[in-house]
Amino acid sequence: MSEPLLHATGLHLAFGQTRALDGAGIEVRAGEMVALVGSSGSGKSTLLHCLAGILRPDSGEVVYRGARLDTLSEEARSRLRRDEFGFVFQFGSLVPELTAVENVALPLRLAGARRRGAEAKAREWLERLGVLDVAAKRPGEMSGGQGQRVAVARALVAGPRVVFADEPTGALDSFNGELVMEELMGAARAQGASVVLVTHETRIAAYADREIVLRDGRVTSPVVS
Amino acid sequence: MTIAETLLGLLEPAPRHGYDLRREYDAQFGERRPVKPAQVYATLGRLARDGDIHVVSVEQVGGPERTTYALTPDGVTRLERWLTEPEAHTPYLQSVIFTKVILALRSGRPAERLLDAQRTAHVAAMRELLRRKSGADLTTVLSCDFTIFHLEADLRWLEHTAARLDKLAKELS
Repeated sequence: MSEPLLHATGLHLAFGQTRALDGAGIEVRAGEMVALVGSSGSGKSTLLHCLAGILRPDSGEVVYRGARLDTLSEEARSRLRRDEFGFVFQFGSLVPELTAVENVALPLRLAGARRRGAEAKAREWLERLGVLDVAAKRPGEMSGGQGQRVAVARALVAGPRVVFADEPTGALDSFNGELVMEELMGAARAQGASVVLVTHETRIAAYADREIVLRDGRVTSPVVS
Repeated sequence: MTIAETLLGLLEPAPRHGYDLRREYDAQFGERRPVKPAQVYATLGRLARDGDIHVVSVEQVGGPERTTYALTPDGVTRLERWLTEPEAHTPYLQSVIFTKVILALRSGRPAERLLDAQRTAHVAAMRELLRRKSGADLTTVLSCDFTIFHLEADLRWLEHTAARLDKLAKELS
């Protein structure tokens, strides 16, 4: 079997007296959709943040494409997040001062693309996700479902290898949540991107190929279905 | 599924014969449990006896005899009453799981494994339904959704129970 695209072993991380991760590990292969599930405080979001290079574990290893990620400098991790990863969060994914099209074009602009080309590509993504009509609106002028679809477009516009989604439907009703999940998973699959999804809803986790169950900062039973 | 009232509903737009009704029933509602021909014909007989439907014609073209039925005014009243009546809550699978959990704990067996296995089976069923929904017509989507949301309720109960197994074991010991 091929090497995993991303894998972590023996991760420990404490915030003060609170042990958020207590030996957690995971493997994610190219193009695979993995859901991290568990109750509040189980460590699933912390694990996602460590995998994405946002948090640095106290001990343990995170390896991405064969190289250690957790030992990189803040600047190198920041570059990696920009060039290789896409992100969708529950709240505040979008820059409130920018319009939808400017938000989606942002990852391309940060990577050095010219404004015109970046915004043309952003519009293509907005259209693909059915939200081209809000292209000129700012996040405060959109519904929650529209905002999350714009966030999905922004996460995928630069062709990331991995999309990290932390409770992407947490603020949506079940119908809009489902639309966002279908679009996120469908678009990621079409691009061959892997998805690491954190959710407390089993119905949302079922969109992934596989679930990893966390309890008290440890992976209890990787459920492969 | 209440076969009698469902047949009344299928008969309402136009008179039809039993074979035709069975095909329509299975196409629309029989995906998980197709109706048996004998059930259809026996139910039609009872509905005719009770005056909810009546025979319009009896034909024989080559094969077996085909009786065409139509709704009577009493049948329409019965159908309307049924369509507006709320349904009673039906017991779900969790009551069986509940029994297993209690018996497992009382006998000192690990109930956690049982809950994990049930959870895996439920999630697999949910994933299959999500696959079936993808690109399907709205009738299929809503039919799948009905089961998905019920599975979700079971899964929540499994999670709540899993988090309280130690306390429950103490209570039962």
